[in-house]
Amino acid sequence: MKVLKQREFLLACSIVVLVLLVGLRSPVFVSPASLANLLTDSTLLIMLALTQMLVIVTRGVDLSVASNLALSGMMAALLAARQPDLPLPLVMLAAAAIGLLLGLVNGWLIGYLELPPIVVTLGTMSVYRGLVFVLSGGAWVSSHQMPQHFIGFPLARLLGITHLVWIAAAVVLAAWFVARHSRFGRDLYAIGNAPSCARYVGIPTARRLLWTYGLSGLMAGLCGYLWVARYAVAYTEIAYGFEFTVIAACVIGGISIAGGTGTVTGAVLGALFLAVIGNALPVVQVSPFWQSALTGIVILAAVSINARDGKHGGRQILPLHQVDRSAA
Amino acid sequence: MNTTTADMTATHSSRYTIHDRPGFRLGALLGKWETLLALLFVAAFLANGILVPHFLDPYNLADGTFNFSEKALIALPMALLIICREIDISVSGILALASVAVGLAHTHGVPPALLLPVALAAGTACGLLNGVLVTRFALPSIVVTIGTVSLFRGLASVVLGDKAFTGYPQLMADWGQGYFFDVIPREFVVLLAFAALFAVVLHTTRWGRRIYAIGNNPVAARFAGIEVNRYRLVLFMLTGAMAGLAAWLLTGRIGSTRPNIAMGWELEVITMVILGGVSIAGGAGTIGGVMLAVLTLGTVTYGLSLANVPGIYMTIVVGLLLLVTIALPRLLHGRKVAK
Repeated sequence: MKVLKQREFLLACSIVVLVLLVGLRSPVFVSPASLANLLTDSTLLIMLALTQMLVIVTRGVDLSVASNLALSGMMAALLAARQPDLPLPLVMLAAAAIGLLLGLVNGWLIGYLELPPIVVTLGTMSVYRGLVFVLSGGAWVSSHQMPQHFIGFPLARLLGITHLVWIAAAVVLAAWFVARHSRFGRDLYAIGNAPSCARYVGIPTARRLLWTYGLSGLMAGLCGYLWVARYAVAYTEIAYGFEFTVIAACVIGGISIAGGTGTVTGAVLGALFLAVIGNALPVVQVSPFWQSALTGIVILAAVSINARDGKHGGRQILPLHQVDRSAA
Repeated sequence: MNTTTADMTATHSSRYTIHDRPGFRLGALLGKWETLLALLFVAAFLANGILVPHFLDPYNLADGTFNFSEKALIALPMALLIICREIDISVSGILALASVAVGLAHTHGVPPALLLPVALAAGTACGLLNGVLVTRFALPSIVVTIGTVSLFRGLASVVLGDKAFTGYPQLMADWGQGYFFDVIPREFVVLLAFAALFAVVLHTTRWGRRIYAIGNNPVAARFAGIEVNRYRLVLFMLTGAMAGLAAWLLTGRIGSTRPNIAMGWELEVITMVILGGVSIAGGAGTIGGVMLAVLTLGTVTYGLSLANVPGIYMTIVVGLLLLVTIALPRLLHGRKVAK
C-alpha cells in the first residue's frame, strides 16, 4: 500500500483526526456551517501557499508576498473608494496586475541579475510595505468608503458556496496543471533539483524564475483584493507577518526548502492544517494566545518528520558519496 | 582576492611560498566593500550635518545611537552565523521571550542584579533549542527558526496575555537609557566593546578562520577536522545570548515588556548584516563592514527622523539601500546577465 506511506496521506489523516477530536470536545465544530466557514477561512492561505510552493521548488523563497498583498489590496481599495462606479472585474484585474508587476520586479532581480532570493525579497518586502503607507498617507480605508459590490463579492455565494472557495478551487486546479503537466512547471522542478544541469539542458532559467516570482506576485495581488474586500478594511499593517505563515504552510506540506520537491496536495493540506488549528483553538476554549506557540511546535514537528523521511532516500539509483545533508 | 594572491607570488617571492593573506595594495583597498560603505557613511553624515539643523550637536549624536545599539548587538553574532551559512530568523522571538523571563523573575522578587543573568540564560536556552534542532536533526536553519520564532513569540504572548510587565528596577534603566560621563550612552559603549571582541575573535583567532572555512565549504571543513556541528551549536547559543542581552537593555530602555516588543527586528538585523557585505552564501564578510553598515543605517534613519520623516519611510530607504547595494556591483561589473 504505497498510498499509506505518502506524506500527503498522513497529513490528510492528521487533519481529519484533529477535526474529529475537536468535534468530540464541542460538536458545533463539525457542523456543516462551521466546516464551510473553516474552508472559507483557509482559502487565502491555500492560494498563496500554492504559488509560494512553485517559488520554493526553484530553491527560492518569496518573503515579499504579504507586503505585496498589502500594497495591491490598498491600491484596489483606494481605486474602488475614488471610483465607486468602476466595474468590479476591472478593480480585480488592476489588483492582480499591480501584484504581477511587483512580482516581476523580484523575478527580474533574482532571475536575470542572479541575486539571492532571500535578500531580494527581504528588500522588496520593506519597500512595498513602506509604499502602502506612502499611498494611503497612513490613513485607513474603512468599509463605508468602499462600494457595496466591492465588499460583498468574496463572501457572496454561488450554488451555496462562497466565491472565495470557488476561486481557490480554480487556483488549485490551475496550480496542479502547471506543476504536473506544463513544461513551465516541470522546468521549475529541474531548476530546483540541479540548477547548473538545468541550464546545460537548455532550460531558460532566468525567464522561468522571472515568471515564477511574477506568478507569486499575481496571486498576492488577487489575494490583496480578496483580503481587503473580505475584512472590509485596508490599512498599512494588513497581513503583517503573513509571509511566514505561508512559508510554514508549505513546510508542513512537505515542500523542501532545499528545492526540487513538493506537491500541490501537500501545499493545500499544509495550509488547511494551519487553518484548522487557528479555527479550533477558540472552539475548544484554548486561549488564542496559544495559537502562535502551537503553530511553531507543529512546524518543528513537521520538518523533523520530513527530515526523517529523507534519510532513507528513495530516488537515488546509483550509489554516491555520503553527502552531509545539512551542508546544502 | 585570488588574482592578487597569484600576482604576489608571481612577482616577488618564491613559488614555494604560499601567501595566506595578500599584501597591502591601494587599488584593492579602494575596491573593497568596506571602503564603499565608509564613503557612504561619510556622505550620509555630511548630508545630515548640512541639511538637518543641530544634527552635529554631541548630545544629539549620542541620542541617535539608542536607535540601533540593541539591533547591532544581535547583528554581530548574526554575522558569524551567516558567514557560517546559517541564519537565525527567531532573534526577535528570543528577545521577546527573554524580556518576558526578566519580567517574570522581577515580579517574583529576584534581585535587580540577577536579572541580567536571567535574560542571558533565557536567550541561551532558546539558542540551544535552535542549535540542537539544526545540528542533531540536520534541518535547514531557516525552516527551524521560522518555526521557533512562532514558538518563542507565542510562549511570550501566552505568559503576557493582554497585559504588560512594567516597573523595572532603576539598575536596568541606568544601563538602557543611561550615559557615561553624561554624554556617552552606555548601550553604545557596550556595543563598541562587543564589536571589538567579535572582530578580534573572527579575524585573528583560529576559531574565526574556522568559521570562514565552514561557510566556504562545510563538507571540506569537516574533512579538515573541524567539528562543524559544534561550531554551529555554539553560534546559535551565542546569538541567543546576545539577543538576551539586547532584551535586557531594550526592556530597561523602554521600561516595559509588551507582546509586540521588537516586532520585525529579525529583518532589520539581517539587513544590517547583508548591507555590511556579509555574503548570504556564506564564507565572506567582516565585523568592520557590519559596524559600518550599522552606523550608516543609523545615521540615515536618525537624520530622517530629525527631519520629521515618518518612520515607515525609513523602511523604504533601508529596503532600497539593500537592493541597490547588492544589484549595483552586478550591473557595474558588466558581467553578462543570464538569459
